Amino acid sequence: MSVTPLLKIEGLKASIDETEILKGIDLEILPGEVHAVMGRNGSGKSTTAHVLMGHPDYEVTNGNVKLDGEDLLEMESYERARAGVFLSFQYPHSVPGLQVGNFLRRSVSAINGEEAAKGPEFRNLLKEGMEQLGLDRSFLARYVNDGFSGGEKKRFEILQMMLIKPKLAILDETDSGLDIDGIRTVAQGVDAAIRGSNSGALIITHYNRILEHVKPDKIHVLIDGKIVKSGGPELANKLEERGYDWIEKEVMANE
Amino acid sequence: MSEDAREAVGDYKAGWHDPENATIRFDYGLSEQVVRDISALKNEPEWMTEIRVKAFHHFMERPMPTWGNMHMLEEIDFDKVCYYLRSSNATEKNWEDVPEDIRNTFERLGIPEAEQKWLSGVTAQYESEAVYHSIREDLEEQGVIFLDMDSGLREYEGIVKEYFCSVVPFSDNKFSALNTAVWSGGSFIYVPSGVHVEMPVQAYFRINAKNMGQFERTLIIADEGSSIHYVEGCTAPTYSTDSLHSAVVELIAMPGAHIRYSTVQNWSANVYNLVTKRGVAHENATIEWIDGNIGSKLTMKYPAVILKGEGSHAEVISVAYSGKGQHQDAGAKIHHLASNTTSKILSKSISKNGGRGSYRGMVTVSPKAENCKVNVVCDALLLDEASRSDTYPTMEVGNSGARCEHEASVSKVSDDQLFYLMSRGHSEEEALALIVNGFFEPFTRELPMEYAVELNQLMSLEMEGSIG
Ligand SMILES: Nc1ncnc2c1ncn2[C@@H]1O[C@H](COP(=O)(O)OP(=O)(O)OP(=O)(O)O)[C@@H](O)[C@H]1O
Ligand SMILES: [Mg+2]
Repeated sequence: MSVTPLLKIEGLKASIDETEILKGIDLEILPGEVHAVMGRNGSGKSTTAHVLMGHPDYEVTNGNVKLDGEDLLEMESYERARAGVFLSFQYPHSVPGLQVGNFLRRSVSAINGEEAAKGPEFRNLLKEGMEQLGLDRSFLARYVNDGFSGGEKKRFEILQMMLIKPKLAILDETDSGLDIDGIRTVAQGVDAAIRGSNSGALIITHYNRILEHVKPDKIHVLIDGKIVKSGGPELANKLEERGYDWIEKEVMANE
Repeated sequence: MSEDAREAVGDYKAGWHDPENATIRFDYGLSEQVVRDISALKNEPEWMTEIRVKAFHHFMERPMPTWGNMHMLEEIDFDKVCYYLRSSNATEKNWEDVPEDIRNTFERLGIPEAEQKWLSGVTAQYESEAVYHSIREDLEEQGVIFLDMDSGLREYEGIVKEYFCSVVPFSDNKFSALNTAVWSGGSFIYVPSGVHVEMPVQAYFRINAKNMGQFERTLIIADEGSSIHYVEGCTAPTYSTDSLHSAVVELIAMPGAHIRYSTVQNWSANVYNLVTKRGVAHENATIEWIDGNIGSKLTMKYPAVILKGEGSHAEVISVAYSGKGQHQDAGAKIHHLASNTTSKILSKSISKNGGRGSYRGMVTVSPKAENCKVNVVCDALLLDEASRSDTYPTMEVGNSGARCEHEASVSKVSDDQLFYLMSRGHSEEEALALIVNGFFEPFTRELPMEYAVELNQLMSLEMEGSIG
């Protein structure tokens, strides 16, 4: 009996302003799995995340992406969000004048239905989430990402993830800029949301630390818009020790 | 409603009109006789008739402003305006006594409901006259006077005579002259010393007839140490021909008094809205104009405060939304005449579909006014390439000890901001509405909750169908 993959990416190519950035990506995440993507600056990690979420600036020139067997590329960003994709942004945008509390309620309601954003259950979830992330109540009255510190932005992305409870969480360098406690909280959040459920996560990172906490099922290395190597957690250790040069050499030798 | 009418009305929800059941309707056009007839009809004292006639002649001689939107101003045909129309024979105190059509209209606009929930008093003006008026008994017992202006003149002639035209002389500008000549309706308010009117009083202005001119006149006097919050709303049906709304508002804040005057103007896109609003603040008094301009074809309005008494304070917080074919030329004027006076202007404008928003501001500090503080912030948000925003700030500071700050910004909605919100399940239109309502939030939070909710809904509606 075969399981429908939670996420299945096949031969994905994407360009921006006629420049090809993703050059053929294949990736499969099964329900309950956590995968990690690592790679140098500029290798195409955020592009992958943006394309999965449907950023209008990117043109998909080849391939297909399925979420639970549904064609993701056909959908607009907000439809993907409602279908269960969540992106924790590397650089979250601010919306001056839009209060955090209001935004959270509206977003949860847009994605999970009005009922999900009402009543004591939602309020408890919110309260617990904020406590875990060390966010003060006054945070709810602030404007979305407006004047947030780097760490606050990341914590806020995770708070949204906790409330939205997505099927597929994509975390684009959420650990960068977080303090040690923050990283542990994020890892716990991912664990709680994914393990033992039908959800999955794709964690984009430069550092081993978060992976030591979440223990990903697979690690993929992205170089110049392609996944050139996949492996278990040991790959992350090796990358941290030796950098990316050896992989590049390996790839060149194979070509 | 016909297809054409539907098209013209578009998303404007207050665009319906009732059948016209005028009890008195003047022919189109303006003359000294029309002015005298209005005055005679109202049985006014001689001195008022004389001011009206003088103002009429001033209006005729005064050229159009040479700024704002001259092209649109030239298109006003003063001969095709009805200067007086009465649809009800009395200003009723009981809602049930208001004629049914008119009652239905105000019910659709939520007026009686609002009164029960959160207001101290209500006046509802339909065309030229107030058709309904009420004030909470406890306020009346404390000596608060809240009347329509015509009743105010009848019952408190002495006070009206003292203050009428004292803040805005009829010769101030062409449209203040016009208003003084043909004024009808508006509010007259007097708050005795030390009385605080906790809940707002509201005036609602509705134009129903085609080619109508509405010229209400409002006078608010807050005596020493008193406070009041006055809220006004306005709507009109959508017609293919233009209507004219030209009001004059005069505020007098005696020492230590506090007047807040909030407006959410949502005229239909065929209404010229040319309004003069000005207040005088005596020692340690505060005057605040909270001014929202969402509708109309052309608005020219610059709420003003004269800081006459030492330690007085002025605040003008305004937003303007200009959609297709609309020009909002709005701003503020503050005159610091006394020492230790402070003022704050915050102006926010959004333009869309080729709409045009202008901020026109004037702040003066007189040479003998020591230690004044001025803070001006103008922010514009453009939603597309076809839209336009201009700022015309003027500061004349005659005293070197004044501290003046001025900031201006023009921004656009970025794709990345939209993408961020859409990734949280919001359609592009919803995302835009969140951004736009956020931009207006520093204004909206100053409004009573009910108005704030309505304004947010209004802006969300404006964002619908805006994505190509
Ligand atoms: N608008 C654009 N026009 C041209 N090139 C672009 C554009 N946007 C991104 N790129 C390029 O695409 C490549 C991939 O960028 P991406 O943001 O995906 O990298 P990344 O792997 O996330 O890097 P980092 O680790 O620094 O976050 C980079 O070389 C970048 O310069
Ligand atoms: Mg990146």
